[in-house]
Amino acid sequence: MVRLHDSMALLVAGLLLTGCGGGGGGGEMAGGESAGAPAAAAIDPTTVGTIAGRIAFEGTPPAGSPIDMSEEPTCAEKHPNGASTEEVVVDQNGGLGNVFVYIKEGLGGGPYPPAEGSPVLDQDGCVYSPHVIGLRTGQSLTIRNSDGLLHNINAKPTTNRTFNISQPTTMETTRSFPLAEVMIPVACDVHGWMQAYIGVVDHPYFAISGADGTFRIENVPPGTYTVETWHERYGTQTVQVTVAAQETADMQVTYSEQMAANAVVPLGAPIDLHGHDTGKHAGTAHGGR
Amino acid sequence: MAGTACPRPRPQPQPRARARAGAGEPQGVVRAHCGTSPRARRGTPRSRIAPVTILATSLALALAPAPARGQGAGAGQGQGHPGKPIYDRWCAGCHGEDGRGQGEAAAYMLPPPRDFTRALYQIRTTASGELPTDADILRVIDEGMPGTAMPGWRTLLSRSEREALVGYLKTFSRFFDQGEPPQALAFGRTPRATEETLREGREFYERIECWKCHGQAGRGDGPSAPTQTDDAGFPIRPADLTENWHFNGGGTVEDIYRRLRTGMDGTPMPSFSDLLDAGFMTEQQLWSVAHYVRSLSPEQAPRVRDVVRAARVEGALPSSPDDSAWAAAESYYIPLVGQVVVKPRWFAPTVDGVWVQALHDDRELALRLVWHDPSQSPDTAWLAWQRRVLETMEPREGGPTADARPQAANAAEAGAATAPQATAAGTAMSIDLARLPDAIAVQFPRTIPTGMDRPYFLMGDARQPVYLWRWQSVTPAGEGGAQAPSAGSAIEATARGMTRIEPLPAASQSLAWDATFDQGEWRVVLRRALATQDTANQLQFRTGQAIPMALFAWDGSNSEEGTRGSIGTWYFIYLDQPTPRTVYATPVVAMVLTAGLGLVAVARAQKKNGNGV
Repeated sequence: MVRLHDSMALLVAGLLLTGCGGGGGGGEMAGGESAGAPAAAAIDPTTVGTIAGRIAFEGTPPAGSPIDMSEEPTCAEKHPNGASTEEVVVDQNGGLGNVFVYIKEGLGGGPYPPAEGSPVLDQDGCVYSPHVIGLRTGQSLTIRNSDGLLHNINAKPTTNRTFNISQPTTMETTRSFPLAEVMIPVACDVHGWMQAYIGVVDHPYFAISGADGTFRIENVPPGTYTVETWHERYGTQTVQVTVAAQETADMQVTYSEQMAANAVVPLGAPIDLHGHDTGKHAGTAHGGR
Repeated sequence: MAGTACPRPRPQPQPRARARAGAGEPQGVVRAHCGTSPRARRGTPRSRIAPVTILATSLALALAPAPARGQGAGAGQGQGHPGKPIYDRWCAGCHGEDGRGQGEAAAYMLPPPRDFTRALYQIRTTASGELPTDADILRVIDEGMPGTAMPGWRTLLSRSEREALVGYLKTFSRFFDQGEPPQALAFGRTPRATEETLREGREFYERIECWKCHGQAGRGDGPSAPTQTDDAGFPIRPADLTENWHFNGGGTVEDIYRRLRTGMDGTPMPSFSDLLDAGFMTEQQLWSVAHYVRSLSPEQAPRVRDVVRAARVEGALPSSPDDSAWAAAESYYIPLVGQVVVKPRWFAPTVDGVWVQALHDDRELALRLVWHDPSQSPDTAWLAWQRRVLETMEPREGGPTADARPQAANAAEAGAATAPQATAAGTAMSIDLARLPDAIAVQFPRTIPTGMDRPYFLMGDARQPVYLWRWQSVTPAGEGGAQAPSAGSAIEATARGMTRIEPLPAASQSLAWDATFDQGEWRVVLRRALATQDTANQLQFRTGQAIPMALFAWDGSNSEEGTRGSIGTWYFIYLDQPTPRTVYATPVVAMVLTAGLGLVAVARAQKKNGNGV
């Protein structure tokens, strides 16, 4: 397991604070993509590096619970071997999938290469696919119903506005989120087992670990960053990563079942990249409640 | 509500897990495990504002062109707002001084009061996820939300007070500071409804699968109904579309159409506007769905009358609830409410009204009771709901612990804790959720009172017991012999309070019954002879007299039993007597006499005036 070293964090924070000043918080938080700058030219591969690695799971993962799809035969047919929840997805080599990995602190604020395309969140066999999806702020998300029966897509962010839309047939709808937020739970109320998570970030440096636990974030500008991994059951871990041009920084993170008991799983936390307080506020708003 | 005194903070049940020691609470944190009720989870801060956001927003506002101003003062900026004293006095008791919906009364409400800090408003004219307009907020303050505890304030507060409240509510959330003011959707004019409209509406009701949650007959008994939760994780029910007087946003066709277009934010009810954009439906067709849904409810909300008249029939008294003889019998609506007098209390009952019909033939009385219940209990599909509603509503009531482990039929319940809920009162009663039946009870005094003195309405007391008919949807174990366990049973009992119900001896039991469950509706007929043997314990019915009658109901799938259920107050039942013949003869005789006397008087007067006319 990789731990965040407090002294390193202080050093990095100090460096960032002294370097901070450009960009302007207002522009970032008002949403949209990199403020003002003209579209970046094609990225020169000699100036960027890569963050790659693997999320491992130690020990025996808990089995997913079986899903009873008897009320929806059309979907049950798409799962001849039955379906289970995807809360913990571990392959035979101990790789943990569906972990959202992203640079949390250390970036300069842009301009970043513009987002391309519209990722697709599909409803297929009464299951959201992919289970975890990443998105840029302001980028269009295509929500697709491949089942041809009623689903409603109930997104419950707290930093962004919610939406709850109905798709009773095969169709597509697009939505976007103006503000960075990790993570946004998405449910279907018609089929209570359906669950997905959307991570919205201001920059392109995020990835989701595959079934084997590996992930790769490309074209990262050189620098030292705080990278956070997020899992829906085991919570977050942060790693300090230094990226050099034309090199791949390796990142290995391990989760285990014991982490579930004390996991802190942020939902709806906004992300600010400029080294400011990212929402770890002490105290409560309720005074005694 | 105390004038300006701050309510004492209510101790929260502690969530199971703790964050790493020393770390503060990150925004929007959820403990990734089991067993904490939504009320406990809501103790953690959500939607809090990082200082940098206030700074950023202020910078953005300062640099941006003017129009964004004047919308809302920014969260926490409500001090000094003219709406604040009004809010603190009238609203904070439920909604909390901080606007998070956790006022003192909130623990006793389901659905719970709105959390204004999230700026999620259910009843709006704007698109799904959008903010409400000022008029939207004002409308809910004026009209209330009939399916909830939110009253209408139009007659209680002045217009300027209500408008001040609108402004103050917006200060609870920073969302009102950002961007353009919300725009209402264009709804167009209400088209007229024809037979074709209703037919088309029904067709689309099936195609867009409203029935998945609302049921084929609209009574909220769809297959997806048991797993519904609102955005805060509280259990929530799809509306019973046959009771439009309980619709949160109003029950007119226009109101229904607006809900279809905007969705109901914070609830599972989605918006259907995207279907119009995608060309899947036209506006006309969506209006037809609204018309169809409206047609499921009566023209007017049912009127409550004090006396149930049992008409006298000449022919055979019906024994089945679906006998055609009932069509001619007048139907009386008896509203029910939660039992909030005796602990453990129950603030979120399922059954809110029963339709009663009564017929008799001088020898027997037959009562037909019809009520809506989205589940035919016991039903394992509702096990997870049962636990969730107990967790939400029970923490301090000293109620039962729930021992049944839910089947993992629904992945949403996977990992849900099955540890029993601790009870405050100390005596933990174990109940088997998986066996709770639906039930209804009809209560009478043991003898017809001569004056207005009646037993205590909550099933009497030791001093003055009551006589009870109690039907339930399962046969208790050990009874019923060859009957299947699900057959049901009806007993006569004496009750000395809600927790002291003693069935009469077997020799006295004489109730005949029949029951049907049909798409979210129970129809039960109870029959008994007017005069019986056990005159000490059984009420002897008499025609021509008002006999006090009260009703109680329980929905097993809502974890209801014992004192946790629906109750009603005393009404009356009156068994009609046949119309005596004199009723017809007397007026005729009176007319004849009067006319005769009149003629005699006229004749005499004429004679007096002399012969000539």
